[in-house]
Amino acid sequence: MSVPEALGRRSQGDRVRGTAFYVLLLVSVTIGFLLLGVLLVDVFRKGIGYVDLTLLNEPNSSDPNKAGAGPAIRGTIYMMILLLVFVVPIGVGTALYLEEYANRERWYNRLLEINIQNLAAVPSIVYGILGLAFLVRGIGLGQVLLAGALILTLLVLPTVIVASREAIRAVPDSIRQGAYALGATQWQVVWRQVLPAAIPGIATGSILALARAIGETAPLLLVGALTYVAVNPTLLGSFTALPVQIYQWIARPQEEFRILAAAGIIVLLAILLTMNAFAIWLRNHYQRRW
Amino acid sequence: MATQDVTAGAQPEALRLRAERRRWGEDLIKGLLALCAVVSVLTTIGIIIALVVPSIEFFREVSVVDFFSGDRWAPLFKPASFGVQPLLVGTLVVTFWACVVCLPCGLGAAIYMSEYARPRARNILKPALETLAGIPTVVLGFFALTFVTPQLQRIGLDVGVFNVLSAGLAVGVLLIPVVASVSEDAMAAVPQDLRAGAYALGSTRLQVSTRIVVPAAISGIIASFVLAISRAIGETMIVLIAAGGIAQIAFDPRDQAQTMTAFIGATGIGDVPTGSIEYKTIFAVGLTLFVITFVMNMISIRLVRKYREIYE
Repeated sequence: MSVPEALGRRSQGDRVRGTAFYVLLLVSVTIGFLLLGVLLVDVFRKGIGYVDLTLLNEPNSSDPNKAGAGPAIRGTIYMMILLLVFVVPIGVGTALYLEEYANRERWYNRLLEINIQNLAAVPSIVYGILGLAFLVRGIGLGQVLLAGALILTLLVLPTVIVASREAIRAVPDSIRQGAYALGATQWQVVWRQVLPAAIPGIATGSILALARAIGETAPLLLVGALTYVAVNPTLLGSFTALPVQIYQWIARPQEEFRILAAAGIIVLLAILLTMNAFAIWLRNHYQRRW
Repeated sequence: MATQDVTAGAQPEALRLRAERRRWGEDLIKGLLALCAVVSVLTTIGIIIALVVPSIEFFREVSVVDFFSGDRWAPLFKPASFGVQPLLVGTLVVTFWACVVCLPCGLGAAIYMSEYARPRARNILKPALETLAGIPTVVLGFFALTFVTPQLQRIGLDVGVFNVLSAGLAVGVLLIPVVASVSEDAMAAVPQDLRAGAYALGSTRLQVSTRIVVPAAISGIIASFVLAISRAIGETMIVLIAAGGIAQIAFDPRDQAQTMTAFIGATGIGDVPTGSIEYKTIFAVGLTLFVITFVMNMISIRLVRKYREIYE
């Protein structure tokens, strides 16, 4: 029996349409990366000449040749440490509660989940308003580093929770059942079995969240980070951060400060891309598949 | 009968799996973890209080009708005028141009990753998109101002130094990964059987993508669109840097304009005296912004649940 001619062969129109669609998809995938590449080249070309010890160490100045981002870089690093201390325990704690303890049928637990999903999409500037109203003015903390770190903590908390939940959910139930069968209590199961198995996923998610927080500018503007800081920032002293310093330079009309901003961006991107690469490496090497 | 009696008597004894005494330590730990969860609830309550209380004071001085129907936003001038429409229009125009970029590109990237890419290409694309999503907005703002705008001028568009178009396009680039990842999740949830059935009937890959996968994942795709629009409305730095600072009703993207977020940012930078009307405008505009994005987030969350309920 011979197969009809039409079967097994596509019509000309089908093939043309298929190819056109494929090309369209390729364009939409690559356009973002293409622009990212152009951005990197553009920034690098403009700013690399200004990346030197002055930029890394000196405070800001009205003379672009003497201006640096030293206090801003240190402010960003201090905030990164504070963030890590605040956000990881709270985020992992919440994720453990939701995944291991909470009864999904209860209305308050469902509300909690929706609340976290919504918080993840609240504009970052709204967190800035929260910081301005409660931390800076409300309890009179003032425009200090701690206020900035606390606001960034709340900002990325939902991201850390979501990433930690996914990591915890990926731990197979058989491990929990096995531990229970040996007489472990719930906390022993969580602490000695679930958490160690979920740590690579949690670490990856936390680093990505941290990288996002470090690049945030808008909420910090509202808690007063746009200011001149000459010395090393302290917990309860006035502060600035690298992205805020970059914004301050961009906002100046002189061309030299634009170049300085590009140099600052190179430093910021170097920090962030290192963190991203580390997170991805961590995921690829330590994440187990069951 | 006798055996029955024995088992009836022995069973509760043998199956007593519950702990003999209450473990207070375990309860304490559960309480501590629940306390962590409370932090995010307090955040929401804090945001609502922080926005609503000063807004009520604001609307005592400026009527709600004037606020929403007024077409002049000049809170710092004398006589001051508090019509929020210019800020809303600015936000709308930026969001429109962001959508022109991010909706088709994001959807295309999602279809490519879900239906066309080999696993290896997908394993490279996903982290690469995450990296793109992690570019700080201040950097994209710089890019819009010092690269996109000059390029637009070079191709003959009569744009100003500050213009809505370049800001909107940069916001769009920022949101491509948002649309792509949420849409791709939805497409991945479409059962393989549906695709196999369509291929068995002789469909091409194009037909399977556009007539089977996209319709089947439509609630998730719309969710990604709504989420992207909500994010575009809330984006601050790009707009603050590249779109200018004049609050005016201008639908022409070559003009400059101020959005709600840019107004909040620009006003919040200065050391505004607490309790002044200027200080309260931050909260009134912030509340408007929060309500709009809140409604959109809820729609998006609902839609995501819908496809999860169907397929998972």
